[in-house]
Amino acid sequence: MAVFIVRRLFSLAVTLLGGFTLLFILFFTLPSDPATKIASNNGAKNPPAAVVQNVKKRLGLDKPIYEQYWNRLEDTVTLSGESYTTREPIAEMVKLRLPASLRLAVWAMLIEASIGIGSGMLSARRRGSIADGITTIAAVVAGAIPVFVLGYLLVLVTGVYAYAHHWPEWAKLPTLSTGYDPEQWFLIFPAPSQIQYMIQPAFVLASVSTAIVARLTRTTMLEAQTADHVRTARAKGLRDKVVSRRHVLRNALIPVVTFIGIDFGTLIGFAILTETVFQWPGLGSKVARAAGQSDLPVVLTLSMVVMLVYGLANLLVDISYAKLDPRIRLGGAK
Amino acid sequence: MTDFDSDAGRPIHEAPEVVHMAGMAAMPLPGLDASLLDVGPSRSLFQDAWRRFRRNKLAMFGLVLVIFLIVVAIIGPLFVQDPTKLSKTVFREGPTNQHPFGVDQNGADILARVVYGIRLSLFIGVLATLLETFIGLVFGALAGWYGRWVDTISMRFVDIMLGIPYIILAYAFITVFGKGVPAVIFALAFTAWLQTARTVRAGFIQVKEFEYIEAARALGVSSRRIMLRHILPNILQPVVVLMAIGVGSAILSEAALSFLGVGVKPPNPSLGLMVADSQSFLTSSPYMFLFPGMAIVLTVLGFLLVGDGLRDALDVKDN
Repeated sequence: MAVFIVRRLFSLAVTLLGGFTLLFILFFTLPSDPATKIASNNGAKNPPAAVVQNVKKRLGLDKPIYEQYWNRLEDTVTLSGESYTTREPIAEMVKLRLPASLRLAVWAMLIEASIGIGSGMLSARRRGSIADGITTIAAVVAGAIPVFVLGYLLVLVTGVYAYAHHWPEWAKLPTLSTGYDPEQWFLIFPAPSQIQYMIQPAFVLASVSTAIVARLTRTTMLEAQTADHVRTARAKGLRDKVVSRRHVLRNALIPVVTFIGIDFGTLIGFAILTETVFQWPGLGSKVARAAGQSDLPVVLTLSMVVMLVYGLANLLVDISYAKLDPRIRLGGAK
Repeated sequence: MTDFDSDAGRPIHEAPEVVHMAGMAAMPLPGLDASLLDVGPSRSLFQDAWRRFRRNKLAMFGLVLVIFLIVVAIIGPLFVQDPTKLSKTVFREGPTNQHPFGVDQNGADILARVVYGIRLSLFIGVLATLLETFIGLVFGALAGWYGRWVDTISMRFVDIMLGIPYIILAYAFITVFGKGVPAVIFALAFTAWLQTARTVRAGFIQVKEFEYIEAARALGVSSRRIMLRHILPNILQPVVVLMAIGVGSAILSEAALSFLGVGVKPPNPSLGLMVADSQSFLTSSPYMFLFPGMAIVLTVLGFLLVGDGLRDALDVKDN
């Protein structure tokens, strides 16, 4: 096990270094010139050469490229860089925003697991029913609807329509998550007043994954129902409930649980759009804003943080998986 | 496509069917419906797939949707006004007879912008997918055929790229390619080929062990010819599925990038851009959001449904 973990961590480090190098090459060495962009962020379309030169000097962009690479890498590993535009230390950003991203991802995962597995099971058990049809169509549409369209739709209903038509209090939600207050959260548990800010982004973030989980659950349930050991269990005269709980469900859910685990990393890494729509103060919304402003150190370092969390989450899934399923032995003979 | 439909590709597709039918004819199983044995003239793979595709209601709905949108993209501009023409008197007005989808905050007709937006989305989606498929085919074929260190290095590279959040990667490529629609197309293609490459590689690794490849090699056929003529036609099915889904995903990504302000720039009529613009007016002018939003959903939905239908019709295994 230890050998496996060390090997995976080493492989993760290689991936991170590769990702860093690739992004660095794209951002800093190819024709895009960050200094000109920063200089023109102040409004000037074609900033004078002297201004650009100044910016270059201030940001260390006039140094040879290998030196820049080394500096960036050092800053990223030690989390000691600062924003080009606001000079805010990046370490502060991570400290403030990583918990927010994790909280959102955890709640999205809970929604994904409960609604996804629930509706998937329902449509597998009542195959061909109206509920099955609705689930199938909803799952297809959820995959095609961009998160920002779904987000605005939700805002339109719960944040605008609900107020205009005097819906019950609980259905009225704020249009943005700007009221998020880290002080009022205990780990992943929000104070009651904070729940309202979390509901919409968590649902939107979970939408695509929920659809996938529902479809996956339906397929694996249908497959498991016709498995040989299930037929044997029925033939033995076991009650339907026992068969479906002990023999069908347990086997059907293995791939589903795997997917949900791996998806957790995705929920953190790909929350950029959701966080932007609701202005949820996580890593994603910051990365998006920094990208728009060519704030490259922020983009680079936060992307690395996201990739690290993503990689660690996947590693954790594999380890816990080996613990749960005795058939899987990690790092053993191949 | 017809070029690849060479003789080399056929035996594999048709062989199982022939064997199957011969077996049934020789020894009819009891209880088997007689009509099943009456198989009629043999069908090609694609006729067979089309027959299955037609029976799939959702897939047919997707196909109708895609055809409708293509028609809109081609002849729609004849019926709407210029999307860049701005009214000097009407701003943010709900749907009327003159402007069925309303007027936006700049005084432009929303219907016109949606029609041109669909056109741009399809243009970007299709071009990006063609480019992406080409890159994925070349990359996957080389990795799968040559194996060893070529495979190790290129798949490691694919893993690294898959680890980077998609939007960041696309944005990084956009900064390289500059601004405008071509930059977006290149950026989308350069981020989207990874899945195609993996699929093609897996196909090559599987097919290259077959005996007819060994036979071709023994005959002295060149590597290039074996790859193009003997292997490629046999692994195109999953690629076709990925292409259909790829157009949908590319359109989705384009809208997302434009929404974030790093994709298509105004005054180009991008659907994502229109949704982003509508943000400040969501309360007072929801039509500014609803129409372009709906256009994105329908466009993406159409391609995803066609892709899913093709997957079932061509019997491609999910990986």
